[in-house]
Amino acid sequence: MEPIRTIRSRFVLLPIDDADTDQIIPARFLKTTSRAGLGAHLFADRRGPDFPLDRPEARGAHVLVAGRNFGCGSSREHAPWALFDAGFRAIIALGIADIFRANAIKNGIVPVVVDEPFHARLTASPGAEVVIDLDKLAVFIEDGGPSAAFSLDPFSRHCLMAGVDELGLLLAQVDSIAAYEKQVEASP
Amino acid sequence: MSESTLFGKVWSGHVVAPESESTPAVLYVDLHLVHEVTSPQAFEVLRERGLRVRRPDRTVATMDHSTPTTPRPARGPRVVADQDAKAQIDRLERNCREQGIRLYALGDDHQGIVHVIAPELGLTRPGMTITCGDSHTSTHGAFGALAFGIGTSEVGHVLATQCLLQRRPRTMRATIDGKPPRGVTAKDVVLALIAKIGTAGGARHVIEYAGSTIRAMSMEERMTVCNMTIEGGARAGMVAPDDTTFEWLAKCPEAPQGPSWERSLSRWRDLRTDDDASFDREVSLDASQLSPMITFGTDPSTAIPIGSPVPEANGDTTRARALAYMGVEAGKPLLGHRVDVVFVGSCTNARLSDLRQAATVMRGRHVAPGVRMLVVAGSQQVKHRAEAEGLDRVFLEAGAEWREPGCSMCIAMNGDRLDAGQYAVSTSNRNFEGRQGPGGRTFLASPLTAAAAAVTGRVTDVRELID
Repeated sequence: MEPIRTIRSRFVLLPIDDADTDQIIPARFLKTTSRAGLGAHLFADRRGPDFPLDRPEARGAHVLVAGRNFGCGSSREHAPWALFDAGFRAIIALGIADIFRANAIKNGIVPVVVDEPFHARLTASPGAEVVIDLDKLAVFIEDGGPSAAFSLDPFSRHCLMAGVDELGLLLAQVDSIAAYEKQVEASP
Repeated sequence: MSESTLFGKVWSGHVVAPESESTPAVLYVDLHLVHEVTSPQAFEVLRERGLRVRRPDRTVATMDHSTPTTPRPARGPRVVADQDAKAQIDRLERNCREQGIRLYALGDDHQGIVHVIAPELGLTRPGMTITCGDSHTSTHGAFGALAFGIGTSEVGHVLATQCLLQRRPRTMRATIDGKPPRGVTAKDVVLALIAKIGTAGGARHVIEYAGSTIRAMSMEERMTVCNMTIEGGARAGMVAPDDTTFEWLAKCPEAPQGPSWERSLSRWRDLRTDDDASFDREVSLDASQLSPMITFGTDPSTAIPIGSPVPEANGDTTRARALAYMGVEAGKPLLGHRVDVVFVGSCTNARLSDLRQAATVMRGRHVAPGVRMLVVAGSQQVKHRAEAEGLDRVFLEAGAEWREPGCSMCIAMNGDRLDAGQYAVSTSNRNFEGRQGPGGRTFLASPLTAAAAAVTGRVTDVRELID
């Protein structure tokens, strides 16, 4: 995973709440044994000239802005795989569902939950660039007023900024895991 | 620290390394359930890194999501026509063979939906931590286990280390009291709760279900409630184990035996929340005031009593879009609305008691002209038991399809799906846009309400059809 410090990009505005993982990538595209190429199916059943991702100004945008409870529904990691493959590196939303959030962080997508006033400023700034600064835990609109703070637990932030692979950290705990197993499996 | 909640007791017993400001806890996983759709990329990571599955004895696999539910051939092996699905199934077989993992494959007598087979085998037990690459893993919380869905990266973590890095979630107690009136099932109770707390109401929490309604529920009903927990935003729901739980487990082939059973039982009896425990959040629901519920929109929180009018969007763009997608009119009840397909199945409502409920409505009646009804048992065991008591005949004589176990039209990966524009009354868990097929429109409801729709061809109040 590539380390991330700052993301500066135009954004795509998806003005809906509860964008569930079945919308992000419909289940029929889950019949794969690979994680490659899923960006082609991102929001497959929503695409068309009027869909925000298909408008000309969406080209090259690395940030998706959505409403409440983004990524609710299934645990499919195909959702962040598809978003990443389509070029997205951050989701800014009024809320992000728990499993999606955990999956996103493991795939180099920054989850940024903002309040309604900042969200309203974003909505009112189509075509602007947004800057997400992981070092300062701040997000701002280029030439668009003061920055807003966002929260990210220190571990998730560290993983994103250092490109840390969690499996490596768990494998480093193998002695503790073995000791735990020995203790638990010895007790009646 | 002394733990006072059921969740806390299970959590603290599984911490391999405690959490700190800078790192999450290392949490041990007792049982890892695996299926064909969310595991291939995880096994691939192990292969790339030269790792073995740490505890194949704590790992159990089945195939359910992309598998066909078409009736078995009279002889010979089952044929999977969809080449992509076949590739996934073949890959799971190979991965399990190479890593020594027990697999309930197509054709096995215990194959079925992962959240149906683990409890019926007795693999799901009180006090366990259980994970699976599937959000409805919350189902297993009905036994007092801490069970939650994980992504494929985490499937790889558990395969390789039997552990996960996890932050301790907050706690919520949902206290549900009262005797549900006639026609009101566990599904209606949980839909009413989700309508109350919203789709993100349980975010970052584990929900403990308590109260007289929950205590009076069977294990299958508790599984329906815990299953739907994720639809309220919480990854895990739990019910403290009691005699109902122990009676279920005593009949399971994999449950502990002899002295080991006695030891387990005494440990399980301690798995309850202390009287003076406090929760981060409390909600309550009076089940005695409920009606059969049905959803009108495109998320499970849009459940309303079946006779109530569909609410107005009131400027909510998401809600307005949902009403337009569903083609339903605000201000009017759904009663009498056209239905094209009825689906009785899924990890939410495909156990024996669910099929019995649907059969009580179907018996002596016929599926309405122009309506297709699929009945998909949750597992081979459920299917056998249903057939032993003649439920298959009830459905077949009524003109319904009696199919092989699997996720089927809940997730519409295997060819069982709605056509664009069709309306379904479904006992499954999600009414998201396109969930049951592109352009398909889903009303979520109980097996009773689904069966009532099948025989009338309309959204119907089941209380008009039953005593």
